[in-house]
Order: sequence, then structure tokens, then C-alpha cells
Amino acid sequence: MIEINDDLCKGCEICISFCPLKVFANSEKLNRKGYYVPVVLDEDACVGCRLCELLCPEFAIIVINE
Amino acid sequence: MALNADKQRYLSRLAGKTFFILGDEACAYGALFAGCDFFAGYPITPASEIAELIANDLPKAGGIYVQMEDELASIAAVIGASWTGSRAMTATSGPGFSLMQENLGYAIMTETPCVLVNVQRSGPSTGQATKPAQGDVMQARWGTHGDHNIIALAPKSAQECLDLMLECFDLADTYRTPVLLLMDGEIGHIRESVTMPSMPAIDHATRKKADAGDEPFGGDDLVPGIVHYGEGRNVHVTGSTHLANGMRDVATPKVHDVLIRRIYRKIEENRDTIVRTESDISPDGRAKIGVIAYGAAARPAYGAVLECREQGQAVDFLRLITIWPFARKQVTEFAKNLDVILVPEMNLGQLSREIERFVDCPVVPVSKIGGIPHTVDEITSAIMEAV
Amino acid sequence: MGDYRHRLMDYVREEIMPHRFCVGCGCGTVLNAFVNAVEELGLDTKKMVCVSGIGCSSWIPSPYFKSDTLHTTHGRPIAFATGVKIMRPDLTVVVIAGDGDAAGIGGNHLIHAARRNIDLSVFMVNNMIYGMTGGQVAPTTPRGVKTSTTPYKNIEPPFDVADLVASAGASYVARWTTYHVFPLMESMQNAIRRKGFGFIEIVSQCPESYGRRIGLRTATDFLTQFRDVSIRVEKTKDMSEDELKDRIVIGKLRDRERPEFVGELHSLKNEQVEALKQESVA
Repeated sequence: MIEINDDLCKGCEICISFCPLKVFANSEKLNRKGYYVPVVLDEDACVGCRLCELLCPEFAIIVINE
Repeated sequence: MALNADKQRYLSRLAGKTFFILGDEACAYGALFAGCDFFAGYPITPASEIAELIANDLPKAGGIYVQMEDELASIAAVIGASWTGSRAMTATSGPGFSLMQENLGYAIMTETPCVLVNVQRSGPSTGQATKPAQGDVMQARWGTHGDHNIIALAPKSAQECLDLMLECFDLADTYRTPVLLLMDGEIGHIRESVTMPSMPAIDHATRKKADAGDEPFGGDDLVPGIVHYGEGRNVHVTGSTHLANGMRDVATPKVHDVLIRRIYRKIEENRDTIVRTESDISPDGRAKIGVIAYGAAARPAYGAVLECREQGQAVDFLRLITIWPFARKQVTEFAKNLDVILVPEMNLGQLSREIERFVDCPVVPVSKIGGIPHTVDEITSAIMEAV
Repeated sequence: MGDYRHRLMDYVREEIMPHRFCVGCGCGTVLNAFVNAVEELGLDTKKMVCVSGIGCSSWIPSPYFKSDTLHTTHGRPIAFATGVKIMRPDLTVVVIAGDGDAAGIGGNHLIHAARRNIDLSVFMVNNMIYGMTGGQVAPTTPRGVKTSTTPYKNIEPPFDVADLVASAGASYVARWTTYHVFPLMESMQNAIRRKGFGFIEIVSQCPESYGRRIGLRTATDFLTQFRDVSIRVEKTKDMSEDELKDRIVIGKLRDRERPEFVGELHSLKNEQVEALKQESVA
């Protein structure tokens, strides 16, 4: 399961660009700071590699592997 | 603060005894008697002897000597060590003192207790590396950038090099500030009888610790309690302007104002306790001439005063032991009935300008540079000329 | 999506998050990797002291990491850290600083600490520019680049800092980029665990002050490049200097046992104390 903390996100798009399964996508959703936050397109495609979690500069993503 | 077993074992072999040693060596012994835990330094004439004795003896007392790659690293390591709760010091001369200014300012800003010995030599720059001078007096006050205060003491003998070191460490811990010992090459390299303190007599000042809930960089007291590393309190030490809890805040003008003024007042408002002078005033206030001196120059100066008195000329004498904060109260009091004050210095009149600000009578600098201290005759002539 | 709390938030000074690093700044990723490394090592943060200098990367531990911290003058964190480690050898002392801080103004302290093999972990975040001050040339900036103080072109060749530190005598030296987060995190653990001078050069993106000057305007642009030009050190054995010219050599570059400074210093001291004890008894 992927959790994104919208208000910590700065819209850098690293997660969108580098997820090997292309789980994330751009969205039209703005957070309180005015950044466009990513959305999870297909959570089932996620294999729990945690690359997004580690790459994210903002501590805005966690991956919970059940 | 009592000394631990290792220090006591080492010191008890020296306590109460008298030795014929260099001023530099006496300074090092003073540090050892003060319970110094850590010394980081770099070789420089005429201070290297301090490092050498410390390198030899400090480990015997359970302390650590390290020679760093330069003076900046030396004072940096001293500050780092101090934050672990250690009594830490370094020793240098003019060129090294110049290099240490930035980190000295850091120690002032972070209120880090430490002791910095400057065995002054003839400058500027490389100057007369092996010859004494008193030319760093103003640098000691204002060498580092920004508004700040500092404590600086000046010994006049090898014995005082030892005694004042004990004071330096106590002042550093009491006021959470770096303290300077302004020796000069003459006193550093003089050999004199020095008597070591006796053991039971030593009782050192302790740093005030911050209780749980106290903030280590502010609060109601002028001197906040300190928190050391490893106590689990996540203490945040920074040279940037900071709040009482140590966290950086450079955006709010009031935060800077409060911090800088408190650090300044810490020393300013404790002048009466900190400032020490020594005087010899003619009875019945007969004298109309006064001589003010410090450090190496104080010895021929006093000699000249005594010589003049023998020749029937009444002269008052004031010796500054504390150079900074400046002894303005004592100087003003000293100058009350005087018509002229002479200030022999081994520089071009750095402290005479400070004296001028606090007296009504003319101040005559008796400057001697070139690396040779004043003679009694030179100062006697100057006094007689002023008559 | 939610408003949940990151499982590693305990390691960070939460009250000042989100941090001030620019959008896509590598510093955030380094902080992330560091926090993960600390957690996986099971380190007690009450027994850590993080020391940093001046520059954006120096903000990684101070103020963001929750432990004892020491934010020093520019270029000097290693010297300050030495004093801390010597007097409290039981504490884990980590230095995090930038390339300008550690290898520019602080170069002297870096090589001497490596020479002595002081038990410190130094993570140098290399963004090849003086970022905090707006983008001036650094000792790590590649030749030819136009920066704010090399407006025509940079005529200086850059340092290979990891190589320098290895030659100077460090026990453990590695280089990674902010793209290679998993090995970076593992490397941090190795450096901290290892007694001796552990040094990691972390090539990192600065989209704002550097990227804009070289056409890499986003973090994605940078990380893509890091991924593409990096080459594992194991694969470079038969490659010439020319072939490696524009590559980033990553991996563990040095790992060896050498006498460690702080331990030896204390042994020496203990010997002297013992000797005096014997003398006093005699």
C-alpha cells in the first residue's frame, strides 16, 4: 500500500519518473503550497520495492508491505 | 568541581613545590592544575613550549593532547571538545591568533567555555617572530567580526602565567565564554621561580547545567545553563543567530537583538567581579603623575615608579591584570587627582587610547616596539619629562 | 490520499518540516537515506552527534536530524567533530557537508582526518557547485561550465574527491549518487559501522543553482543523467582515463583496515596513566 502525504510534497516528480512499474502519474490536484501532487494510478502494479519512498526528498511517501 | 583521581595523582607530585621554569611552562602547569582535559594546538614561536609540556604531561593526568593541521582546526577541536563537558584550551601567537578569529567568534556566539592563550610577538604578519610585543591587545577585543564582548587577562610574571590560567578556566566556565590569556614573548620565555598550588586549596568553578526544561541559549539568567553532548537532549549548537532553545532564527530582528545583547551583558554586567587590577598609590594623594601598565611592560614601569619615588618624585602606579573588559572604573578612580598619566606599552599605544576615554588628564603613551622591553631608565626619563 | 505520519518521522525535527530544500533537491534524498540507515543500524540517536558546516547540505543534519548537532563555521566541521570524538569516543559522530565546504575551504581538514584515519563518518554531498550562495564555481565543477563566477567558462579541472580521500589514508571510501539510494543507504551503514575514517561522496542534484546553468532543469533530468553516466567501479578495471572522462564511477572504492586515530590516542594516554600509577605505588 502506498501513502502520499500531499502537504509535504513539492511536486518534483521523481517518484513519477523513476517508479519501475510506472505506478504514479501527474495530477491536477494542488496541495496547500500550490504544488501538483502525484496520484497512484495502479496500486496493484506496485511490488513494494520502496524506491519511491527512498528517493522522495520530502518524506512524503511511505510504502507499506503487508 | 573536584579533580578526578588521575589528575590528582599527577598533580600531587608537583603540588606546593617551587620550580625554576619558563613562563610558557608555568602556563602549561596552570592548565594542568586547572584540570584541563584537552589541548589542541599548532606549533608557533613563542608558544610551542606550552604545547610541548602539555603533550608530555597531560596524558599522565588522563587528558588528551592533539596537534592539529593548523590553528583554525585547533580552536575548532577545542570547541568541539568543550561541548562534551571537557575543559579545553589552545595556545598560539599573533599569526595563529589571527587565524583563530572566526572560530573564536563562533565560541562567543555559541557561548562555549574555552581558554585561548596568545603569547604575543612582534607583528604585524610574521614580524619579529622570536621577539616579544603587546600588539594584539586591540585585536583581542575586536579581532572577530560582529558585536561581542571578551575576557582577557595579562600576566606579568611566570608565576602569574600559572595563577591566571586557573582564573581563566574558572571565568570561562562561570560565564560560558572563551577567555584569553594575553602573555607576551618576554614573559613566555622568561625563567623564574614558580610555586605550584597546594592540592586541597584547589576548587574549580563548575559550569551551570541546564535542568530539564531549561533552554541552553537563553532564559532569565544572563548565563544560561549548558547541555553537553551525549545527555540525550538533542542540543542544537549553531553559530547562526538562534532562539533560546538553540534553533536558528535569522529572520526575526528581535531574536538577534535579545541574543547579542544578552551575550554582551553577560560580561558587561559582571565587570565588578571579573575586572582585577593592582595599584600602588602614594600616601596622602600627593602624586600628580600616574603610570598604568600591564604584562611585561608592568615590570620596568613599576621599577621606574619606585626609582622616581627614590628621587623624591611621587608617582602612582596602576597595573591592569584584566585587560578586557576594560578597567574603566579603576582607571577613572586612579586618574582623579592626577595631571598626567603615562602608559608604557610594547605597541604604538593601543591601550592608552582606551585609557584616554576614561580620564580627564592628558595620557602620554610611552611606546616601544622592536622586540626589546622597556628599561627602567627609559620609563623613568619619560616620567621625569612629563613632570 | 492521507495525512499519515511517515514511520521515520521520529528521527526528524518534525516541527520544522517540510524542510527548506528546493523542489527536487538531492539533500532531501540524502536525509531520507541517512534516516533509513540510522534506523536499520538500530543506532540510538541519543548517542549520536551530527556535525555540519555551511551550505545547503550542511542543513541535512542541522536542523533537520533529531540528535545532538553542531553547526560549525564554513569548512571546519571535521575539525570540530575531531574534538567531539576524541573526548567522547563512545558517541557516533557523523559529518555531513557539501563539496565546497568539505573539499574546498575544508580540504585541509579532510585530508588530515583521512590521513589520521579518525573514527568519523563523513558524507560529502557533491552537487558540483556552491549552491547556497547562488551558483559559483566549485573545486568540483566540471571544466567548461558557465557559473556565476566563471561567466565565460570554467577553466579549472575538478577534484576527484573520493580518490583524494582514499589516497590520503581513509579506511572506507565509496561514491554513490542520489539516484542509487539503496546502495547509498547500505554504504552509510558500512561507513558508520567501520572503525576509522569512512567517507562517502554522494553526487547530488542542485536543479536551482546548478541545473539551470547546464540544461538540467529538473530533478528527473539530473537523476536520469546520474543513472546513465554512472558506472560501477568493478566494471572500470580495463577502461582508460579517457573513456572514464565523463562517467561517474560508483561503488566501494576503498575498504581496508588501518590503525585508527582516536583509539590509539586513548591507548597512549592510558599507558601514561598506568605508568604513573606504577610509579606512585613504587
